[in-house]
Amino acid sequence: MIRFKDVSVTYAGATEPTVRNVDFEVPEGELVLLVGPSGTGKSTILNAVSGLVPHFTGGTLRGRVTVAGRDTRTHKPRELADVVGTVGQDPLSHFVTDTVEDELAYGMESLGLPPTVMRRRVEETLDLLGLTDLRTRPIATLSGGQQQRVAIGSVLTPHPRALILDEPTSALDPAAAEEVLAVLQRLVHDLGTTILMAEHRLERVIQYADQVAVLPAPGATPALGTPAEMMAVSPVYPPVVDLGRLAGWTPLPLTVRDARRRAASLRNQLTQPASAPKGRGELRDQPHATRSRQHPAPPELAGAHSLSVTRARIQALRNITLTITPGETVALMGRNGAGKSTLLNTLVGLTKPSSGEVHVGGATPHRTPPPALIRRVGLVPQDPRDLLYAETVAAECRAADQDAQATPGTCRALLSDLLPGIPDTTHPRDLSEGQRLTLALAVVLTARPPLLLLDEPTRGLDYAAKSRLATLLRTLAAEGHAIVLATHDVELAAEIAHRVILLADGEVIADGPAADVVTASPSFAPQVSKILAPQKWLTVTEVREALR
Amino acid sequence: MSEVPTPTQLHPAAWWLWSLSLGTAATRTTNPLLLTLLITTSAYVVATCRPTTPHSHPYSAFLKLALTVLLVRLLFATAFGSPLPGTHTLLTLPEVPLPHWAQGIRIGGRITAETLTFAFYDGLKLATLLICVGAANALASPTRLLKSLPGALYEMGVAVVVALTFAPNLIADVRRLRAARRLRGRPDKGLRGLLQVGLPVLEGALERSVALAAAMDARGYGRTAEVPAPVRRTTTALTLGGLLGVCAGTYGLLTAEGGAYGLPLLLAGLTAALTGLRLGGRRTPRTRYRPDRWDARACLVAASGMAVAAALTLASAQDPTALHPGVIPLVAPALPLWPAAAVLLGLLPAFIAPSPKEPS
Repeated sequence: MIRFKDVSVTYAGATEPTVRNVDFEVPEGELVLLVGPSGTGKSTILNAVSGLVPHFTGGTLRGRVTVAGRDTRTHKPRELADVVGTVGQDPLSHFVTDTVEDELAYGMESLGLPPTVMRRRVEETLDLLGLTDLRTRPIATLSGGQQQRVAIGSVLTPHPRALILDEPTSALDPAAAEEVLAVLQRLVHDLGTTILMAEHRLERVIQYADQVAVLPAPGATPALGTPAEMMAVSPVYPPVVDLGRLAGWTPLPLTVRDARRRAASLRNQLTQPASAPKGRGELRDQPHATRSRQHPAPPELAGAHSLSVTRARIQALRNITLTITPGETVALMGRNGAGKSTLLNTLVGLTKPSSGEVHVGGATPHRTPPPALIRRVGLVPQDPRDLLYAETVAAECRAADQDAQATPGTCRALLSDLLPGIPDTTHPRDLSEGQRLTLALAVVLTARPPLLLLDEPTRGLDYAAKSRLATLLRTLAAEGHAIVLATHDVELAAEIAHRVILLADGEVIADGPAADVVTASPSFAPQVSKILAPQKWLTVTEVREALR
Repeated sequence: MSEVPTPTQLHPAAWWLWSLSLGTAATRTTNPLLLTLLITTSAYVVATCRPTTPHSHPYSAFLKLALTVLLVRLLFATAFGSPLPGTHTLLTLPEVPLPHWAQGIRIGGRITAETLTFAFYDGLKLATLLICVGAANALASPTRLLKSLPGALYEMGVAVVVALTFAPNLIADVRRLRAARRLRGRPDKGLRGLLQVGLPVLEGALERSVALAAAMDARGYGRTAEVPAPVRRTTTALTLGGLLGVCAGTYGLLTAEGGAYGLPLLLAGLTAALTGLRLGGRRTPRTRYRPDRWDARACLVAASGMAVAAALTLASAQDPTALHPGVIPLVAPALPLWPAAAVLLGLLPAFIAPSPKEPS
């Protein structure tokens, strides 16, 4: 269906090809997953299928890419529109019209399909994706998961034979991600659509893949094989595979169900950690756990008291009461739109509470002048680019030193500590996602705030960048920083959080030690805890240490 | 080709014609009773016919704008402006003495009932016009209207639609980035803050435009059909010639001497240009999903609006005193009967237009 024949792509101005010797075929009706660390050219390969590389992006493509027998060299993207549907990373930048129904029809209108056909397909697609109730809704009012489904629907209506998806679930909460993946599975099973998809969050998608193409390193030749084979050699793998490798299971399990069947002996071998619910504390969080036991009332760093926020007539937060103590890491979890970002924004004074109060280090955030506030609390926003204004990394660091009135060089030293090897002269927009996040983190940390907030820090990060971030945050917490992160990433939360707060509809529905809260909820439980339940293990690292 | 089930929505152009006709009618009179009647008529139709999508709130925004315009007009009449020679002094504000070169401008001073009434009539006329435009927006969004453009103008229409959805995004970006300045410990207010986020906002907007362009290209935007060369040449000739004809015709109509050739030239030009557009439509193979249909009801709705406009134009020519009640001397405005009855014609859509239920 999709055939890459010895393809190399070199972008204008680059000395090395971004991808080299790509030579594989995606057979008709299969779901092929493209995996690899960031910066290895996954998006380039995806866009080469739709012809956007090189027709739209420029650069030189050697070799040959054919889709349904059409050569992308001789066919422009618009001439491939009837056989390939492409959904990029950000569904919002994909929408041309403003309502759901029009968006679904747009592609067919461009292809000139007769009105009766269009009408029928729009109805079918609305049903297939469960969008019937939303058909007249403006797209801007939809949630992230709904928008992603509309984006997929909008490329499905022309009945393309191949579907190209770039990180379709990375911005979604676990439940919405499952919704989208269920739709994709239906397309493959019922309609025989061929799907080529890239995704960092393998724990979500690996079980749906028929084949996996691994891009091990930038410019390396990709290898294609069955998921189990490829996971044995891949540099990126989900926790279930990690656990399988640790326990020496062959073939490697890819789903929680497979792993659970094999895990009986592992469970016996592990036995329940001595102090049952505090299993994690015994392993890693000793200092914190003992500290909080010694002080019945730990010093409060920040908190909210019956806090409510109403924005545009929607109650984003209702009656929230919580306290944050120094040295603890709190994960805020919940569906898209549950109020996680609003809570973080209220803690840094970007949003005014409509009733109740919030305080950080003895000050009320929205009444504190910004220069004083950054010494108390720092937020790394969802898109770190929002924080970065300068032309080069060096200028950004200088500006941060000035803003925080720190000794010149503080920010740069921090940055080199956090992630060595970011050149001074690069434009912040040209950094990789992980590098940009680290730069924003360094900028925020320059003012040495005791409370650090992060909004969706792992969006677009590969496993390596994620584990670097986890190590970093753990070190910061050990130094006494309190960290609050809003995240959909259950594995990250399991890895570093001491405490998890679940939000739903602006209310706190659970607040307690991470091990207790996440294992109690099927959608927020990490894979390891699902496999080893009823024992309360959360991460592979814990299991590895326990087995020693 | 079999018929698509009838869309339950009226053609957007009918609503725009109807609303703008009511607006035209409003410009023909300053009689507050007639103007109020016009506002009530349009408000009633909006209340019964507007679609129930959660997004159709422009009407209240336009109402607020109209009220603001009225108040500003009254405020200006009281505070500044040249006084009308009236006899009913309401109150006297302290007057700021101005040098003689500023003659004709006045700050403070005597406020007469005549000045206020005149300002009120004038403001109300403007407010009615705005409310009518608001009604058009509420009944059929401008994007729907743009979708009804002929095929040859389609790409221009898409550009406008994209621009319309783009502006709100840009504003949201500016807000978000200005707020983010707080996180760097910089004040988030003031002009400097706005200037500093300018570049990142533009960079972001540019990135998004490029992404959108890529998405549109990948979805088949701009696919063209093969058109034989003679047709292509005829299209160009007709469009260009038509536009020239329209220009010359308009010039002829506006100048004193050109009365004879003006109108025919304008009409010929228009016909040629429209034919050109139609032929040009062949180049795009696009079809339209659930196109709005121009049916009998659309005709009636548009006609009812135009009847109101025509009646009031006629009335203002025949009976100017009734439609422009005097201010000096101050008289109570009377309701001219048959123009008022004509305005009520505008209510017709409320009875014939489809019910505002969402198409299911």
